[in-house]
Amino acid sequence: MRFFRVCAVVVAVVFIATASVAIAGETLDAVKKRGYLIAGVNGGVFGFSMPDEKGVWKGLDVDTARAVAAAVFGDADKVKYVPLTAVQRLPALQAKEIDVLCRNTTQTLTRETANGLNFAHVNYYDGQGFLVPKKLGVKSAKELQGATICVLPGTTTELNVADFFRANNMRWRPVVIEQTTELSKAFFGGRCDVLTSDLSQLAAHRAVAPNPTDYALLPEIISKEPLAPVVRHGDDQWYDIVNWTVMALLQAEELGINSNNVDSMLKSENPRVQRFLGVIPGMGKALGLDDKWAYNIVKQVGNYGQIFETNVGVNTALGIPRGLNEQWYKGGLMFAAPFR
Amino acid sequence: MAQERTDSPEITTSTKIPFWYDPTKRAIIYQVVVLGMVGMVAYYLFTNTLANLERQNIATGFGFFAKEASFEIGESPISYSAADTYARALLVGVLNTIKVSFIGIILTVILGTFVGIVRLSRNWLVAKLAAIYIEVMQDIPVLLQLVFWYAVFYESFPSPRQALSPISGVYFSNRGMVFAVPELQPVYAYMALTFVAGCLAVWALRRWAKKRQEKTGQIFPVFYVSIAILLALPLATWLLGGAPLQMNVPELVGFNFEGGLTFSPEFAALLLGLVLYTAAFVAEIVRAGIQAISRGQVEAAMSLGLKPGQVLRLVILPQALRVIIPPLTSQMLNLTKNSTLAIAIGFPDFVSVANTTINQTGQAIEGVGLIMVVYLFFSLSTSAFMNWYNKKVALVER
Repeated sequence: MRFFRVCAVVVAVVFIATASVAIAGETLDAVKKRGYLIAGVNGGVFGFSMPDEKGVWKGLDVDTARAVAAAVFGDADKVKYVPLTAVQRLPALQAKEIDVLCRNTTQTLTRETANGLNFAHVNYYDGQGFLVPKKLGVKSAKELQGATICVLPGTTTELNVADFFRANNMRWRPVVIEQTTELSKAFFGGRCDVLTSDLSQLAAHRAVAPNPTDYALLPEIISKEPLAPVVRHGDDQWYDIVNWTVMALLQAEELGINSNNVDSMLKSENPRVQRFLGVIPGMGKALGLDDKWAYNIVKQVGNYGQIFETNVGVNTALGIPRGLNEQWYKGGLMFAAPFR
Repeated sequence: MAQERTDSPEITTSTKIPFWYDPTKRAIIYQVVVLGMVGMVAYYLFTNTLANLERQNIATGFGFFAKEASFEIGESPISYSAADTYARALLVGVLNTIKVSFIGIILTVILGTFVGIVRLSRNWLVAKLAAIYIEVMQDIPVLLQLVFWYAVFYESFPSPRQALSPISGVYFSNRGMVFAVPELQPVYAYMALTFVAGCLAVWALRRWAKKRQEKTGQIFPVFYVSIAILLALPLATWLLGGAPLQMNVPELVGFNFEGGLTFSPEFAALLLGLVLYTAAFVAEIVRAGIQAISRGQVEAAMSLGLKPGQVLRLVILPQALRVIIPPLTSQMLNLTKNSTLAIAIGFPDFVSVANTTINQTGQAIEGVGLIMVVYLFFSLSTSAFMNWYNKKVALVER
């Protein structure tokens, strides 16, 4: 008879276990219950997401994830970073191993449809370029007939470079290595003539190269790469939170609020600032968050301009000018929707 | 736990006991229940996965096979371009895996057997060198070895423009080893045909020689005659075909060599790493196989007047193979499976291509399923072949 009891227990356990899988809560509930955010990052691109010498994660993508944590928990440090390769990143998100993917991922039609993902507001407008050793004497990408090119597998860059060479009727040979750091080692070791990727990544690789001045970017930019945080299809509330977190970073810059003056801005008479910082309540609640969410983001992480300048701006080793990533009223593409 | 034996004398009339007291019937019921539960879990997982995929709007099915892959693959035994389909891209991956596994297994068996025999040598230095090789190679993780060899290839060889050329037509650079190959001629196809014919002739010759030896005791020099047949037939065809000599010589054009045949650093590093690693294990298996044969066998064979070569070929190996083959099979499977580490050093094996496909199509479940099926097929076919061979060399019980 004992056996029947064991059977009954097994059946019950199986039912409970499987049922709990089926009705797993929405992402926000899961994140809150867990107590920290799990963010998929690159882990090997200086300026975007890479641990510094003390093991503290730094970068534009890292700060985006920190902003989401600040919005949800009021504490930007409640993030666990999971370094993912280009090939792993989308399945990891689909399989719910991570809550949000902040890993210089390009928004494309296929990814938003067949891959079952949603892209939040762009946090970096990029384009694909070519990095070559100066001693090769190449002045244009059109001269790359027969070249060996290092490229990351599973990326839009891998497809763009194939398109570019097909369109120009040139032959080339790819060397694809999944780990970003191994790939850049192979390039700087001389395995390839060219390294191709998003311009921001090329700048990052060059910044940590043995002799950065020996390498030059070719003038051609062969693609549009809007890089944005990604979430799964089917959880609109979570999508809204991530989307509006990026917008909040932009809006703060537009309103002239930064991490230093945010406390004094609480006393501002401007109703836009008051709504934004939760002095006039409502915005946070609509997202299912605390009304102080935007205040916490700016206080702990900063505004978009601050994040850009500290991680990748002209005064960093990357030295990237704002360009397309400037605010709309200064001729850039960064344009946050109204907070009302 | 519930299968208590009911052999007390009063319940021997089985007609009266209800079925839940009958251990045989109960056992059947348990099995049906367990099977049902497993089936339910499988059904649940399957439908739940489908529902989840649908909810997230992720595409399902193998429709992507016919779509354009639009990514390039570094090296391919068949012609491939970004305009080809995913199906062809995956086929390229399969062929690349077969290429590295097949060549790897052959080289591993040769090197492993050699090292294994040398390990038993009476020459102290040679035996110790073999022992050091085995210990070192076995103890370093194979992934580390692959990364090491890959770095050696691209760090220590010069760029193509300064390529080393030890003999004309052969170039070493960090783009790989490029060497001249004969230009494709129709006569080569006929040469291959005559080679096959030669193989058949050798097989017939061996049968005849064996029969003759059994009848008359005369030994026919099968080995030398076989080699002569195998070489002479294709050579004669070549001469008859006008002895074409045009070579496809690699030339430096722009960035890289054009023409000839290339062994890429990725392929070379993968092959070298896998062969050196696996051969260390094979060497130990071969040593164990040889040592499993009692010394008396050798002495008996020698006292019959057999030469050392004959002792090895006719007495030791046939018996040692019986011990060697089963573990050797598992080493072959290991090599095939370890070839998936190619992904770390950029060789486009099946896993690498399938991973890219998964990423570009977003269909992870189909992709991973495909990877499992393909490697299962590789492993099962290797096992099937080795089991057949094992049966062939197994001791015939009399």
